[in-house]
Amino acid sequence: MLKVNDIDVYYGNIQALKGISLEVNEGEIVTLIGANGAGKSTLLKTISGLLKPKRGSIEYLGSAIDGKAAQSIVKAGISHVPEGRRVFANMTVEENLELGAYLRNDRDGIKKDMAHVYELFPRLLERRKQLSGTLSGGEQQMVAMGRALMAKPKLIIMDEPSMGLAPLMVKNIFNIIEMVNKEGTTVLLVEQNANMALSVAHRAYVLETGKIVLSGTAKELQESDEVRAAYLGGL
Amino acid sequence: MEWIQQLVNGISLGSIYALIALGYTMVYGIIKLINFAHGDVFMLGAFIGFFAIARWEMNVFLALILAMALCAIIGVIIERVAYKRLRNATRIAALITAIGVSLLIEYTVIFFRGASPAAYPTVFETSNFEILGVKISTQSILILSVSIFLMVLLQFIVHKTKIGKAMRAVSHDADAAKLMGINVDNTISATFAIGSALAGAAGVIFGIYYTRIDPLMGVLPGIKAFIAAVLGGIGIIPGAMVGGLVLGVVETIVSALGYSLWRDAAAFVILILILIIRPSGIFGKNAREKV
Repeated sequence: MLKVNDIDVYYGNIQALKGISLEVNEGEIVTLIGANGAGKSTLLKTISGLLKPKRGSIEYLGSAIDGKAAQSIVKAGISHVPEGRRVFANMTVEENLELGAYLRNDRDGIKKDMAHVYELFPRLLERRKQLSGTLSGGEQQMVAMGRALMAKPKLIIMDEPSMGLAPLMVKNIFNIIEMVNKEGTTVLLVEQNANMALSVAHRAYVLETGKIVLSGTAKELQESDEVRAAYLGGL
Repeated sequence: MEWIQQLVNGISLGSIYALIALGYTMVYGIIKLINFAHGDVFMLGAFIGFFAIARWEMNVFLALILAMALCAIIGVIIERVAYKRLRNATRIAALITAIGVSLLIEYTVIFFRGASPAAYPTVFETSNFEILGVKISTQSILILSVSIFLMVLLQFIVHKTKIGKAMRAVSHDADAAKLMGINVDNTISATFAIGSALAGAAGVIFGIYYTRIDPLMGVLPGIKAFIAAVLGGIGIIPGAMVGGLVLGVVETIVSALGYSLWRDAAAFVILILILIIRPSGIFGKNAREKV
């Protein structure tokens, strides 16, 4: 479904990604783990068109999307839940969700999907008229995820959805990630919480200073000594 | 009773400031640029209205709509030609460019038609009527109702329409807006179009009310509208409306007290005071710059 081929990405003169390749197949949850500054967010931003690779290509459903404008990538069916949630704080929950469906014109479909988002996140229904800046971190994460789902994506990419959340909320969020996946949306998940991420993912990649250093099924990585030492808190 | 009359005059003047201030504040909200050419769009609107009414004998309301439409286009052209390429440049570079655009517009108009003022044609019989002993001119009523209508329309656009929501989203977080599929360039253009159309409308209204227009007429109202925007809290739409009205009323009161020569100074005193006491403006939160 998504094929990243040997891309290099720079911030000015600083190279953030060095020859990254990865693949996401339809129906999978693929996770990308790695420490701060490894280049995880950079990779996601490149996929969703906020950054452009200097070299290499990104293929999605058989056509190249690297260097395309962000809005045409959203239109093609990739939604990005950004790091730090980035909800529109000065707008209500419902307005945030409506913006998620910005490129759609099928009123009935939008209505139906909004009802579905409220079903996934009942808390948001209670707070639909509230300014999203006044919500708790976990609730804002729900808004960010709901907003991304409103675009009716085929592939949803999520950047650290568990960041800064209480353990119970983290569990809740990961349950919903699995649910969304079961409903047919492919997921590419970036996480620092490697434990959680590997427990829901089918396959995983490990990113270190701009390079993929390990990859395999989630189970393989959970059992790998290197991963356990570096990311899962010792042997 | 005379005071109420002055208040009405002040509100009329203030609503012109408010219309111009809205463009400043909307553009600042979305690209953090003080568009100093905005006062000159106001001037162009006045001249377009002048030609439409005096030469082409159009009805006032058609002239108003024509001025708004052409100013919208001019605003978009200014953004696309001058500001778009500076979006990642330093703010001071964009600011200097804005001053350059302002001078370019002023002196292009002078080049083609000379610097002499023109007299706006009378479009309404100025009649006064009295309510409870207060004399109010029909023109004040007209200005006020057109301004209020436009401000209500703007609120509707910003809060209820798709493009309005896109504008708010881009001004809050342009990258997050891109991830929603919002075309940021088009949204910025729409902001310039709407802001410039309001300035164009203000130009026509100004012409009708004060009857004298000239190519440099945009300078002082432009700066005052900027002060109004800062007074209300730059980037905040209701702030621009309130700031404009407050400034208009204060100026009229200063004149009414017999200090009409100090009228213009009053605006700058307000600017200095607001920068000392509450730099974020009446409606502004004490927001720190996002890092």
